[in-house]
Amino acid sequence: MSYRNDFLKEVEENVEEGEWVKMCMQCGVCAGSCPFGPHWEHSPQKIFMMIRAGERIQVLSSDSMWMCTSCYNCIVRCPRKLPITHIMHGLANYAHRLGLAPKGQPTRVFAKTFWDNLVKTGRVNELKLTLSHYFRDGFIQGIRNALAMKDIGLGMMKARRINPMELFGGHGLQDLEGFHAIVAKAREIEDRKKGLKNG
Amino acid sequence: MAKKSYAFYPGCSSQLKASASNYLVSVNSMCRILDVQLTQIPDWNCCGASIAYAEGGELPRHAINARNFALAEKHLPGQDIVATCAACWLGARESKERLDVSSALMRETNEALAAGGLHYKAEVNIRHMVEVLIEDFGYEELKKPVVKPLENMKFAGYVGCQTNRPFGIDGESFENPKYLDKMVETLGGEPIGQYDQKVTCCGGALAFSEPEKSQKQIREIVESAYDHGADMIVTPCPLCQANVEIYQSEINKKQGTKFSMPVLYYSQLMTVAYGGSAKDAGLDGHVIPPRKLIDAASKK
Ligand code: SF4
Ligand code: SF4
Repeated sequence: MSYRNDFLKEVEENVEEGEWVKMCMQCGVCAGSCPFGPHWEHSPQKIFMMIRAGERIQVLSSDSMWMCTSCYNCIVRCPRKLPITHIMHGLANYAHRLGLAPKGQPTRVFAKTFWDNLVKTGRVNELKLTLSHYFRDGFIQGIRNALAMKDIGLGMMKARRINPMELFGGHGLQDLEGFHAIVAKAREIEDRKKGLKNG
Repeated sequence: MAKKSYAFYPGCSSQLKASASNYLVSVNSMCRILDVQLTQIPDWNCCGASIAYAEGGELPRHAINARNFALAEKHLPGQDIVATCAACWLGARESKERLDVSSALMRETNEALAAGGLHYKAEVNIRHMVEVLIEDFGYEELKKPVVKPLENMKFAGYVGCQTNRPFGIDGESFENPKYLDKMVETLGGEPIGQYDQKVTCCGGALAFSEPEKSQKQIREIVESAYDHGADMIVTPCPLCQANVEIYQSEINKKQGTKFSMPVLYYSQLMTVAYGGSAKDAGLDGHVIPPRKLIDAASKK
């Protein structure tokens, strides 16, 4: 195993903040920082080690990065100042775009729904987001999910913090065309740089 | 005191009839009393929150944030951008800092913005409302308008993650930030200094996709508030507020607890202490009504 393997290079070039990975000194501080710690098969420390060991498929198909809650505990504690949160996000994004991330991973599915919802109108419509999330597994399961959470939904409606009328419109941008052009252009530049296909 | 003006970035959850709409109501009341003028950035868009990375990637995320910056520079020149949402503040500030240090990213971002007829000059400052209160006013100034001190009320100051890490407020410690407790004190309330879940993560956006795991976090946050005799939890973050308040009924159902702990925004406390009504403070927008605060607000 050479220290400079192809996968480390790939991560440095294509993953957000990937050039930091080589700075990790394997102290293990980050490994105890994640709120969902027991559910990380590979802690951030372990993931950095696996990248250096060239374990490409194991890393990119890992479920672990998807457990990141963006709590930033790790970033403020890492003695080497690695932007760990962003590297986890970057790895998740890269794995997702390559189609290697675990299929049906709930956060992966939710994140895609969120982004699609955002891009459509320029702002996030919470009601549509909630509904499309409940109905992600098809209609029957969607009804079950929605029923399981119906008390919460009703409570929020009573407190006037969810508005069913949002389904028919809701908030959106005036210059939606300009917004879409910006997002499309940014996507195009990024994909060109990282060698990713569009779409 | 002279009127202070800011370019306001309310964020998606503060929109009318969205989950934090009552946050906005109380912020508006608080600002009216403090003589702060908030002008919304015209046609602002979503920041991407902490979950946009997976599909949005890097440049699209920075580009949508830079669109807001460019709009603020164009329409509200010279004004600091102020966000009330912790995730908006963090997302926007991260994009700004990344663009500040990378000329390549800056060039690409402006190439993307040009497609929508905009240009970002890198002149903006991005701040959280709490920073504005603490840095531009200070605790002494914030105390002056208090007419109804929040007496006989105990508050567990739940700071959470995103106003605290990685940037922090006013240079405070990440493990034990004090600003929320100091704000409670300023308003005449009693902060719970020993609240040990102060900076615990509520699960954030993963409360949606990983409900069980997040509810375990939320249970600890609420339980500790009870253990320390809190009447209410107070927080600066709309996602914390929503997660910690609305999932209590789920936790009760599944785990047989009897949680009914109100979760408030600092701005709601301020509005009441400054003499505003329950309506001014958005106290009618809760799934778990904050009875003690409502009573205090309605007392003459
Ligand atoms: S805390 Fe930093 S240096 Fe230590 S193992 Fe984690 S990433 Fe590596
Ligand atoms: S930000 Fe993500 S990687 Fe870092 S401690 Fe939190 S959950 Fe773990």
